[in-house]
Amino acid sequence: MTQTLPETTTTRESVVGKPVDRVDGTAKTTGEARFTAEFSHPDLTHAALVHATVSRGRITAIDTSAASAVPGVVTVLTHHNAPALKSPRKVTPTDLSTMASGTSVNYLNTDEVHWDGQPIAVVVAESALAAREAAALVRVTYETAESTVDFTAEEPAAKPQKNNLVMQGSAKKGDAEAAFTAAPVKVDRRFTTPPLHHNAIEPHATLAVWDGDRLTVHDATQSIDWLRSHLALRFGIPTRSVRVIAPFVGGGFGGKGFIWAGTILTALAARATGRPVRLVLTRESVYRTVGGRTPSTQRVALGARTDGTLTSLIHTSVTRLGRVGGTPEAVTSQSKHLYAAENILVRQNLVELDLVSNAAMRAPGEAIGTFALEASIDELAYELGMDPIELRMHNEPERNPIDGKQFARRHLREAYRVGAERFGWADRTPEPRSMRDGRWLVGMGVASAFHPSMLFVANVVVRLSVDGTVLVHCGLQEMGMGSATVQAQVAADALGVPVESVRVEYGDSTLPMAPGAGGSMQTASVANSLLAACEKLERKLTKLGRSPQESPAAVLAREGLPSLEVSVGSDTRLGRMAGQLRFMSKFLMDQRRWMKAALGAHFCEVRVDPDTGEVRVSRWTASFDVGRVLNAKTATSQLKGGIVMGIGMALAEQTLIDPRNGRIMNPSLAEYHVPVHADIPPIDITYLDEPDPTMPLGLVGIGEVSITGVAGAIANAIHHATGKRIRDLPITLDKLL
Amino acid sequence: MAEVRLRVNGADHPLDIQPQVSLLDALREHLGLTGTKKGCDQGACGACTVLADGERINSCLALAVQYEGAEITTIEGIDHPLQAAFVRHDGFQCGYCTSGQICSAVGMLAEHKEGMPSAVTGQGSGSHLSGAEIRERMSGNLCRCGAYNGIVEAIQEVAG
Repeated sequence: MTQTLPETTTTRESVVGKPVDRVDGTAKTTGEARFTAEFSHPDLTHAALVHATVSRGRITAIDTSAASAVPGVVTVLTHHNAPALKSPRKVTPTDLSTMASGTSVNYLNTDEVHWDGQPIAVVVAESALAAREAAALVRVTYETAESTVDFTAEEPAAKPQKNNLVMQGSAKKGDAEAAFTAAPVKVDRRFTTPPLHHNAIEPHATLAVWDGDRLTVHDATQSIDWLRSHLALRFGIPTRSVRVIAPFVGGGFGGKGFIWAGTILTALAARATGRPVRLVLTRESVYRTVGGRTPSTQRVALGARTDGTLTSLIHTSVTRLGRVGGTPEAVTSQSKHLYAAENILVRQNLVELDLVSNAAMRAPGEAIGTFALEASIDELAYELGMDPIELRMHNEPERNPIDGKQFARRHLREAYRVGAERFGWADRTPEPRSMRDGRWLVGMGVASAFHPSMLFVANVVVRLSVDGTVLVHCGLQEMGMGSATVQAQVAADALGVPVESVRVEYGDSTLPMAPGAGGSMQTASVANSLLAACEKLERKLTKLGRSPQESPAAVLAREGLPSLEVSVGSDTRLGRMAGQLRFMSKFLMDQRRWMKAALGAHFCEVRVDPDTGEVRVSRWTASFDVGRVLNAKTATSQLKGGIVMGIGMALAEQTLIDPRNGRIMNPSLAEYHVPVHADIPPIDITYLDEPDPTMPLGLVGIGEVSITGVAGAIANAIHHATGKRIRDLPITLDKLL
Repeated sequence: MAEVRLRVNGADHPLDIQPQVSLLDALREHLGLTGTKKGCDQGACGACTVLADGERINSCLALAVQYEGAEITTIEGIDHPLQAAFVRHDGFQCGYCTSGQICSAVGMLAEHKEGMPSAVTGQGSGSHLSGAEIRERMSGNLCRCGAYNGIVEAIQEVAG
């Protein structure tokens, strides 16, 4: 090791908040960054899935002879010859990884079919081409059973969602129904949103290698730690025998947070063949085996006095689960927190269908819930003859509306003030169809953004070397958030070293356990532990007699120490359990004490063609109250990314499901329309940078908040442009004609 | 099987492959050039964009055997100011579409230089490569992380 002279002073400018370039920028712009499908192994084989073509029933015969005869095919696995696999476990609070299972189906260990698309056979071959060709030749006969797949038809029979520790199915304050009936001004509207899919550009992929009873898996996952525990459980081996590697993940958005069939079946196929297996899902297989965002129907009823004071806020929803799994979406979450209504009632209802489980997708719940709420607020503003921002500010709460808890931090007024000024809201004339640009109808709309903030447990190890470098070890995952970059900034400031001297190693289960990349909580959770580790290191340095002017490395040099290492959290089984219990108790205590959230205000301008109904988003300003921002560059990008996805949700995206058999009819990027370059104008992002006093460094998660409110702002702008209220997403041109 | 000699990033690669192997699979699976990405394998996402004799193509819709004699350039063979500009302007997040965006942008800049029009050309931008021109011409390359603003800024900076 070359020993550079350690710096001797510690006074340096803070890098937290600065627009530091991503540490993996060069790797990603030169093609060097290796994603899951790009890892290989000697003797590698390739897998392809065979999907069920009925929505419910039993396999009565499965003919694999033609498939097996394809040159290069190693084996065709079905429920007749696949190795035994343990069933997924029921969710338990002592092992949160039990939440990770995408479905309850024990793939290839059963002849039952639970949805159209369920994998029922896996072909393993010497090439991916041969595997795919053979998969198309597997002939299956079914005994079909009656199935329920049509959300619209089943929705009236939805059942109330039960409350549990982490998620409320219903909540109320006062008597919202009575107050609504008595209100002099009211709106009562029904909204619908379609099923959606994540569509990360990297398809799900897995490479599994067994060495005796040890399993190594490369996987495109957002949940390294949960995946590891889950695989150990399914294959009946100790957790320490499983290694999960995911250095780069090509986008997730929730779609790679749970563990789906492809991952399990790759490991199973490798077990069965005794050879390494790689499975890269086709785009169609992603749609058919990985859950997406649930459709919803929602009712929002608002009652107000003539001065705009909200007396009643009612928000109810229906979403779906798969009969084989899925998570309820907190569609009404924001309605408990955004407005100081005197009476509030929220209730979430569920139907179970014979479809693949639904899955969390960027801001599950709030992304679609804010559409209905924020569009309704706009409708009420028009009923009242008030400016929609003025109505919001008139009902801006001092304390959490549903239960009177204190806000950890809330600067939504300021966010609106700043946003309105940047956007030029004052130039808007309120009358619908009153603004034009040539032949285009111009409309401007606003909506609030809301997403709750959380912290999870994270373990880290930090090592300071005598050459001045700092190594951070943490099994976090990077799928575009800039995780390694921002954590390097955190460590650099905490230790007073240059950011270039900090390296973060991540993406591997051999590293200390980190939370999954979900719920907008990875960054804050890891930063929390990293700060604690840096403090520990500082204490050690103080014990070594560090003087205020001395750099950390200088202390080591003086003491003749090659390095100094500290850890936060324990990765032993007991240590992890203790960590989870600590987290659960802190989470529940925090929840009782504070209402913590990321907030924002969206301002959008649309142009609508009066003849064709074509909608173009022409301007966007968003102003956020998201605590302290770690990196101006990556944070701005992430906030923009949510808005882009929200624009897609508002105007184009929908997964079409055949109501007869539950088959997805548009499982491709050609027929499921995500936003393209031409759809996205320059987006103006601003944030207040007011730290949250209850969070580490004052930061709150920002991965999801920006998609919330987007569809509402667009719907409101379209109304302003055209005079039409479209309450059914996506707002395609046919609905405007 | 079919014998084909592919010229990629200035080097010749003799290959013995099945005739239905796509150029994308030939690059990724046979030559180990995994910088070119597979997002949909259907020509819908642009992640697999490479240059063939300087023109941008979706390599997933191209058969490898058709490209004998062509000069293929993948991200591994690109050394262009766009790459640093993408980093400066944060024109990516996860990085999976990035190789395709960069190859596409290199091809697009050449198309524009040659005077090839787009659907928005003539709407006031003249020969200047406006933001609207870039967005129109780059719309075959999807970015689900939504890094479009940064990509357009990076291209605009390099185009001058």
